[in-house]
Amino acid sequence: MAANNYRHALFCAIVTLIISFPILGFNLEAKGVNIELTGAKTSTIVAVILAAVAVFVFQAYRDSFMGLLGKLPKLNPLAGREPMEQSKRVKLESWVLTGIVVLALFWPFVVSRGSVDLATLVLIYIMLALGLNVVVGLAGLLDLGYVAFYAVGAYTFALLSQYTGISFWMALPIGALLAGLTGMILGFPVLRLRGDYLAIVTLGFGEIIRILLNNWTTLTGGPNGIGGIPEPTLFGMEFGRRIKEEGNTSFHETFGIAYSGEHKVIFLYLIALVLAVITALIIRRFMRMPVGRAWEALREDEIAARSLGLSRTAVKLSAFTIGAFFAGFAGTVFASKQGFISPESFVFLESAIILAIVVLGGMGSQLGVILAAIAVTILPELAREFSEYRMLIFGAAMVLMMVWRPQGLLPMRRIHITLNKQG
Amino acid sequence: MSMLVLEDVHTHYGKIEALHGVSVEVNKGEIVSLIGANGAGKTTLLMTVCGMPQASSGRIFLEGRDITNEPTAQIMRSGLAIVPEGRRIFSGLTVEENLHMGGFFNNKTEIRKSQAHVYELFPRLKEREHQRAGTMSGGEQQMLAIGRALMSRPNMIILDEPSLGLAPLIIKQIFEIIGQLREEGITVFLVEQNAHQALHLADRGYVLETGKIRLHDTGKNLLANPDVQNAYLGG
Repeated sequence: MAANNYRHALFCAIVTLIISFPILGFNLEAKGVNIELTGAKTSTIVAVILAAVAVFVFQAYRDSFMGLLGKLPKLNPLAGREPMEQSKRVKLESWVLTGIVVLALFWPFVVSRGSVDLATLVLIYIMLALGLNVVVGLAGLLDLGYVAFYAVGAYTFALLSQYTGISFWMALPIGALLAGLTGMILGFPVLRLRGDYLAIVTLGFGEIIRILLNNWTTLTGGPNGIGGIPEPTLFGMEFGRRIKEEGNTSFHETFGIAYSGEHKVIFLYLIALVLAVITALIIRRFMRMPVGRAWEALREDEIAARSLGLSRTAVKLSAFTIGAFFAGFAGTVFASKQGFISPESFVFLESAIILAIVVLGGMGSQLGVILAAIAVTILPELAREFSEYRMLIFGAAMVLMMVWRPQGLLPMRRIHITLNKQG
Repeated sequence: MSMLVLEDVHTHYGKIEALHGVSVEVNKGEIVSLIGANGAGKTTLLMTVCGMPQASSGRIFLEGRDITNEPTAQIMRSGLAIVPEGRRIFSGLTVEENLHMGGFFNNKTEIRKSQAHVYELFPRLKEREHQRAGTMSGGEQQMLAIGRALMSRPNMIILDEPSLGLAPLIIKQIFEIIGQLREEGITVFLVEQNAHQALHLADRGYVLETGKIRLHDTGKNLLANPDVQNAYLGG
């Protein structure tokens, strides 16, 4: 056993050397028109050897290392805690959520413009994650192409504004409804599939939408994207320095204050905040309605749910449509915030990040998902000073998180329903 | 008056025919048992009644209505309830929530009434009302599965192997409850490997062998039949 371990460790160390030495050990330098191969600095070579040694040590004593890692959950201060009583927990959760919203209301007035912009992005991700939470967390349908509905919402607004000059407030419901409709149309043929197969089909669908946007250049402008998407107005008041549309007034003139670019950013932020709160409340309502119980029943045991007369298609389709609807919502806000969109913004990585938020937050748990959306969006920004290592740190944080709390930040706790004897 | 009628039903899984023309009749207020060995097609027959998979030929009538081509959800909402094989309760939900799922399409008053009724039949479930269903014993889970099926106030209940994996004493209790259901006027279609108990209780019985009905008689006669004794009752 032990000898075998060492042999394996030695092998891994040699592989490390073989892989890293040619990559790090030589430098290509441009000398005039020629390129010369020079050896790297001694420090690099030492680092490569150290890395190989580290791999050897880790592989040789892997079992004890992994054993230590397994003991980590004991460091968790909440591990031995008794679960809170339901009524208390629900109250606490509502208080925390209200606290977050109140804090968020004052946020833009105390921080810099950049932070407000980032916070708007966080809110967009919260909307997306809450929507995907319905599909993945509650209904248990693994959707890897969620970003497609986001794209439908964004492009609906962009195209309508380009061709018909529609305003943000008109586009918001239209974008969301169209995204929901797309979800329904996609849902019909694919919802008979389960698990991995569904994941692959949705993945394909996400790519189809992106490639379509990329190649239908006459309509969507292809990779050049669409610019000049209007910003939202407040009762016909524009936030720009000059009025773009006939009949509108400008915000700073109406109120007699000096023009500031920040007004627009803060206004967008507040819109996103209101929409995110609305999204959270509506989905919360759904979760407590019979349809929410039907989602969970179907996720837990499909045969049992069907034996009770639940229609598989209707239940899954409702989850899919509602999830897509809120993605469209978020997409419209995103288009308005950026002022310019291109297929680049709707790549598979976006779907993966939204899914990661849902999983990290705890599938089905709204508060968890909201916290995870904040963490996942802000963490790469905080780690910016580590420049190219930031994605590495991000990845390591995710791995640690999954080892520590595989059920997510705040795992979903069902609200137990009892039938009160009077009502 | 017949509750459920199967007329020459054939069922296919892909190209393989699992039922080769089965005809079964269950009258109102009866307990009818279907016995057969592993792989005889018992569960397939039940699933065909529920519409998944649908019969490839033949007709199925529920209270005189042709349900052969109806979707599962519609069949399950029309006075028929099934207790699926292996219980399949929602283990993450409490006992009470499981029962409420059973009454999904009923209103609150109806749910309250049928819930009280189920607790009367199974006092044990009342004791465990707020316990998570997955933490209960196999017997209690089976009671819950039956209780959940009763929540929709069905005229007919289909039980797929209710004795599976249970201790003999529990099996006896379960069968007593099934007898009680008949008293209440619920028609019972019972599918069992535990042939002895099932035939004892049943008014009539069918023996299914490799997708065909081999024998059909009263429960008593089947119990006395030497072929049945050799094949299913251990000689």
